[in-house]
Amino acid sequence: MTVKTVINAAGRSVPLEINGQPVVPFKGVGKYKPVGRKYSPPIPTCSDYPDDGNKVVSSLKEALQKCGLCDGMTISTHHHLRDGDLVSNKVFELASQMGIKDLVWFPSASFPCNDPVIKYLDDGTINRIEGSMNGPLGRYVSEGKMRGTAVLRSHGGRVQAIQDGEVKIDIAVLAAPTADSFGNSKGTGGTSACGVLGYAKTDSMYANKVIVVTDNLIEFPCFPMEIEGNYVDYVVVVDKIGIPEKIVSGTTEITKSPDRLLIADLTTSFLEKSGILKDGVAIQAGAGGTSLAIAVFLHKILKNKGWKARFGFGGSTKYMVKMLEEGQMGYILDAQAFDLDSVASIERNANHIPYPVYNAYNYHSKGNLTSMMDIMILGATEVDLNFNGNVVTHSDGYLLHGIGGWQNCLNARNVILPIPLFRDRIPVIVDEVTTLCGPGELIDVIITERGIAINPLRQDLIDSVKGSGLPLKTIKELKEEAEKICGKPQKPYFEDDIVAAVKWIDGTVIDVVRKLKL
Amino acid sequence: MIKSVAIAGNAGPKVRSDCEITLKINSEGGIVVDLLSKVKTLYGESIVKLAEDVLVFYGIEHADVSINDSGALPFVIAARMEAAVKQLINTDLNYLPAFLPENNYSTDRDRFRFTRLYLPGNNPSLMINAGLHSADGIILDLEDSVAPEKKDEARILVRNALRQINFYGAERMVRINHGEKGLKDLHQIIPHNVHLVLVPKCENAEDIKIVEKEILDIQKVFDTKFQVFLMPIIESALGIENCFEIARSSGNIVAIAIGLEDYTADLGVQRTFEGSESLYARTRLVVAARAARIQPIDSVFSDVADMDALNKTVHTSKALGFEGMGCIHPRQIQIIRQGFAPDEAEIEKSRKIVLAFESARMEGLGVVALGSKMIDPPVVAKAQKTISLAIRMGLIPENWIDEIPHHKN
Repeated sequence: MTVKTVINAAGRSVPLEINGQPVVPFKGVGKYKPVGRKYSPPIPTCSDYPDDGNKVVSSLKEALQKCGLCDGMTISTHHHLRDGDLVSNKVFELASQMGIKDLVWFPSASFPCNDPVIKYLDDGTINRIEGSMNGPLGRYVSEGKMRGTAVLRSHGGRVQAIQDGEVKIDIAVLAAPTADSFGNSKGTGGTSACGVLGYAKTDSMYANKVIVVTDNLIEFPCFPMEIEGNYVDYVVVVDKIGIPEKIVSGTTEITKSPDRLLIADLTTSFLEKSGILKDGVAIQAGAGGTSLAIAVFLHKILKNKGWKARFGFGGSTKYMVKMLEEGQMGYILDAQAFDLDSVASIERNANHIPYPVYNAYNYHSKGNLTSMMDIMILGATEVDLNFNGNVVTHSDGYLLHGIGGWQNCLNARNVILPIPLFRDRIPVIVDEVTTLCGPGELIDVIITERGIAINPLRQDLIDSVKGSGLPLKTIKELKEEAEKICGKPQKPYFEDDIVAAVKWIDGTVIDVVRKLKL
Repeated sequence: MIKSVAIAGNAGPKVRSDCEITLKINSEGGIVVDLLSKVKTLYGESIVKLAEDVLVFYGIEHADVSINDSGALPFVIAARMEAAVKQLINTDLNYLPAFLPENNYSTDRDRFRFTRLYLPGNNPSLMINAGLHSADGIILDLEDSVAPEKKDEARILVRNALRQINFYGAERMVRINHGEKGLKDLHQIIPHNVHLVLVPKCENAEDIKIVEKEILDIQKVFDTKFQVFLMPIIESALGIENCFEIARSSGNIVAIAIGLEDYTADLGVQRTFEGSESLYARTRLVVAARAARIQPIDSVFSDVADMDALNKTVHTSKALGFEGMGCIHPRQIQIIRQGFAPDEAEIEKSRKIVLAFESARMEGLGVVALGSKMIDPPVVAKAQKTISLAIRMGLIPENWIDEIPHHKN
């Protein structure tokens, strides 16, 4: 089937229709502003629900049946149980047994533990995934085996798609570490604690039907609730919603790699010498080994100077918790807890605040938390000469990662990408990214072990580090250095078939991923 | 033919930036290359072409080659191919990758050797970024870090690394093997701008003379222009007894190092953190080095996780008179460098002495005084040395003396 494509504002060839629905090509950063009213779910009536507030049903199957599960529905799940999630796969196992076909799975992210859904893609239970695809799922899609076209969205973009009515969730199945029989739920407590349930909150509010699945049913009220029982249709109690040691890594550790430490060191020096690091700064650094090292180094500087970061935005880790507890950070606003220390911190520290994603960086929010942030540390699989970034495919063309909050975070004042110049011979800086996920105008600084490239659009940053002794290079110089060491790579070969669409934060199509020619 | 199938290089779940070559030479059927690689999409064609080039270079027309690649750079693939070929045929030919022009720098006798990073000679992944960590020198090690059955392939890999890896100004060193094997090592490395050769298990002047002669012979053949410095490593009781004789056995010796693992084994004692069992050997080596006007270098510190203990060891080492230490992990470099650098109090004291000396000189006085205290010439000399060290390490500006108002002309 040939689809009509156009060249979007980023110069990428994208279709006007995906999975039979019209889509808008990317128009430029901040250019697309939909009008009208947000999507709203059907109107429920409280008298249809039990007077005693007890919404517990006997099994997930019964709950799905009561929700009217049928062919073609959109099922959402969240990824707060990370690689320990036992609930998402179960939904599709049951659907398959019930002979249901052509479901759309709309997870907030998928993990290796979700690889078994390949079985349900094969047997037609699932038509497509609209969410992140890692590892084997990514390969499956890249090789053109999925029936429908995948749609990749950022965390904020997922909320935007729900609010625009671009994705209408028929049934949200929300795993909850602790819940009461009314459906009030939270991410702490029990044996499957994950900290927060921020990603699930939107789903609970906009889905047609909501099922809460818990292995820790407590007496009403479950407090403080992140998911409000008012939005919940059914509650299911199971033995286990997750495998604890895979839900949060017991501990997150800074990198031991000397090369990564060097990058972290350079990044910290850059932040210090450019004056970006200052008293009252707002910081986000992720959970990768290099980011953690940067957090530790920044902490040291803040401490030495007697400075305090106003707030940190999580994904929280024990290193951020340490900053909070030792007085170098005022608050942690947290969308997800990455390790056990962070989970514990949420429970005991009032300044460690669960902060739902749709408040933080949804395109339809009235203001954007990330644009208030001074330091944004992000990664990328590829960056090109125009500073465009790719986070979903590798240079060999395979789809291997989700977007996560990456696109949303590009709104920050200073977007810094500490990345190695090459990984096992694969250059990270390329002529043109394999898949465009973030426009170069939003990416400010690339920091590699062999030098720092500042986006020419940020003359202020270039001026701020003049004469600082930092190893400043142009991005072209960095690219040439990588190619001199690794050799110039060939390009993967693609067929015309589109296997995935990459959405920009506003819901427009910024790029597509095509089927690999094998 | 020595054997029918050759295997060279490394593969396995933890191996990165390397490859394993399995080579079988046939009498017909042409060259068939089977490539398993994580970078096949990006570099598959060039890897296969490189493998074919190496075979053609050695006149091999029929062979089965299987390459299990984990992202090896071309110079590594070439080295592994050459090593495999050399297991199957006798040849003196070397398949040399291009020598990077930026590797054509020289070194000098008096440069710092505070930190020298050891790199296992058969592990390319650790070599590629080694020069980024600002060690004074990098040591490509062919001795203890290479398994006996891997010596031949490591020699080729190290040679290619010397030609192809930019170590960004670090002094380019190789630790050769002891004895005959070491002389064989020299033939592969000397023509490729090695700055310094570490001679392990040195016990007498003769050990150095043999190595030196071999180097001179090779240099004559290749007509190389740079001087190759030597650093004997003393690792036995006999070596310690002879260390002054060793230290002045050649004008090319710039430093002498002690290896405490072997030394304590030779003595039949445990190596302790306090190091009292090796105090005599260490001080004796320092004295011998000073007497011979070369740098005394301390043994490596083997616990890469314990930075506090390393820090203490470095301070002891500096107090004993050593001027450097080997590093077995890049994380040790900064601590060792800082440990050997003059501290603030030392710099301040030296500044005052040098200033007093300069004032006396300008006023034509023969005697230098600081306050009411007379300063002897050796004290001035030591202060000048500390200041020049501080300048070279970037701790004080070169023109520090001009920044003091009354010294401005």
